[in-house]
Amino acid sequence: MQFGIFTVGDIAPDPVGGHTQSEAERISNMVGVATRADEVGLDVFAVGEHHNPPFVPSSPTTLLAHIAALTKNIMLSTSVTLMTTNDPVKIAEDYAMLQHVAKGRLDLMVGRGNTVPVYPWFGKDIRQGVALALENYNLLHRLWREDVVDWEGEFRTPLQGFTSTPRPLDDVPPFVWHGSIRTPEIAEQAAYYGNGYFANHILAPHLHFKPLVDFYRERFEHYGHGTKEQAIVGLGGQSFIAKRSQDAIRTFRPYFENYPVFRGSSLDDYMASTPLTVGSPQEVIDKVMTFRDGFGDYQRQLFTVDSMALPVEMALEQVELLGTEVVPVLRREMDARRAPRVPEAPTHASLVADKYGTSAPRQPRPNPNRGDNLSGASPYQDSDPAVEAHFPLAV
Amino acid sequence: MSHVPVDSLERPLRLVIVSAGVSEPSSTRLLADRAAQATLDLLREEGLSASVTAIELAPLATEIAQAIVSGFPGRKVQSAIERLAEADAVIASTPVYKAGVSGLFKSFVDVLDNDLLIATPVLLAATAGTARHAMVVDEQLRPLFAFLRALSVPTALFAAPEDWGDSALSARIRRSANELAGLLRNGVGRSIGESGWSGYQHQFGGNAEGAERRVGDVDFTTDLMQLAAGGRAIP
Repeated sequence: MQFGIFTVGDIAPDPVGGHTQSEAERISNMVGVATRADEVGLDVFAVGEHHNPPFVPSSPTTLLAHIAALTKNIMLSTSVTLMTTNDPVKIAEDYAMLQHVAKGRLDLMVGRGNTVPVYPWFGKDIRQGVALALENYNLLHRLWREDVVDWEGEFRTPLQGFTSTPRPLDDVPPFVWHGSIRTPEIAEQAAYYGNGYFANHILAPHLHFKPLVDFYRERFEHYGHGTKEQAIVGLGGQSFIAKRSQDAIRTFRPYFENYPVFRGSSLDDYMASTPLTVGSPQEVIDKVMTFRDGFGDYQRQLFTVDSMALPVEMALEQVELLGTEVVPVLRREMDARRAPRVPEAPTHASLVADKYGTSAPRQPRPNPNRGDNLSGASPYQDSDPAVEAHFPLAV
Repeated sequence: MSHVPVDSLERPLRLVIVSAGVSEPSSTRLLADRAAQATLDLLREEGLSASVTAIELAPLATEIAQAIVSGFPGRKVQSAIERLAEADAVIASTPVYKAGVSGLFKSFVDVLDNDLLIATPVLLAATAGTARHAMVVDEQLRPLFAFLRALSVPTALFAAPEDWGDSALSARIRRSANELAGLLRNGVGRSIGESGWSGYQHQFGGNAEGAERRVGDVDFTTDLMQLAAGGRAIP
């Protein structure tokens, strides 16, 4: 099972110390949190995508490429890549490049996004959000699997003879999770492709997401990817840990009570009725085990530890506590209880093995520039000769 | 007309009172109780059994406000919503504050699923300190329940202090109860709801009795579902 952290890169005034991080500090701190997560042996670091203050991660692939160079083992991911307001061609290109420089330590979680003005800023209509996410992912899926793509759809200009470059590493696309908390259509798409399904598991009551996770599992089985127990499920969550339970609550309380998203809620009610976990390492362990009771065996558990204006020293300490006191026990407990034949989340290595077995992975080698900056009808030396690229004509 | 005959339901009919009264005792609750009792009496005369439960909004006031700002109902409000979802008929009673329905009443209705009361028979009632605001029921409560697509009975109940000793109020209570019992007896609400369910907008995992919660409830032939399974968006 994969355990890790995710961040949305938000900035807010520290209600205790009074300091507000600058964007420069926040970016630097996020990198520090990621490298610490790698050092303590966490499996995943994911960053969200936002396009307005008070968030900084407008360019997840730029940030993650930098973090890839500074880390050794941790898998990089997103929480989430916007599947609605980004051009799927750019997603295909940017994340394939990231996959290369990260040497395969990458997957991504895609979603609609929840900030209203981002749609008009990027020329899209929020009322089409679900259709956009669905159509865009259908295109992304093809761009990463077909050397030459001819495509028409509703939300983007048509593609003729297009090759997304670079081809994915080893010609194996990064694994994709669909992050969704509201709509069965997105869960259906995840199930159709055999992709993963991720529920952010924050800001909502216990098991609020269970009907959609169950729906995804059944449809995963319907589409023949495995049994419903074998579907690939991930959960988010929020935690704050201290050795002593009362210290955790005391320290966390002012951050909770001063953060606008939690206005009107009491910390005690929130802890009792939602997945928010504030307490000792053992309490966090016990609570996460109840997630398994509710959702079945799952493959990825991420925690948000650096939002809500927590100073970076505190966030780093949370990463250490997770990595040294909580996750090793959870790993053992989850492994001990996992039903046989329930798979782990796919990794680059496992996907390469699935595709090639013991043979060497395909390494696409392009045909040369024929004089017009293009490779001609066949982009790679081993491209299928029956598939020819016909380019759009310039008038 | 196809319908589920009420005597084949094999369970008592469920009347649910929603009262926004805050006094103890509450005239708002009393008006609803009298309407409920009159309805039960009429149903019993026809051999139909029914139960009455009451949702008092005053003890839920802070949870209702929290549900509005957090987007999620707490345990007690969720329980009230689920009881309403199962109701065969609702008696809604509110005090009149500032010439309108009480904010507490409206706040509670604001956190209900939009499809919770589709075609549910509803009896509308209000109390006030003066007869001047008698139109609140027809002018404010009725449009609110029209939005919810409920089946509101024609006769609105309203009681000002001077009405309580008046036999005309008792006669109106019996009249509205007769209307509510009539809708219940024929099962017309259930029939409309079940036959026309897919024509209304719903949210997956919602609280309504017919809400999509499982694969078997979902319509996979919609454009979006076909797009989700690798199809094309058709403009």
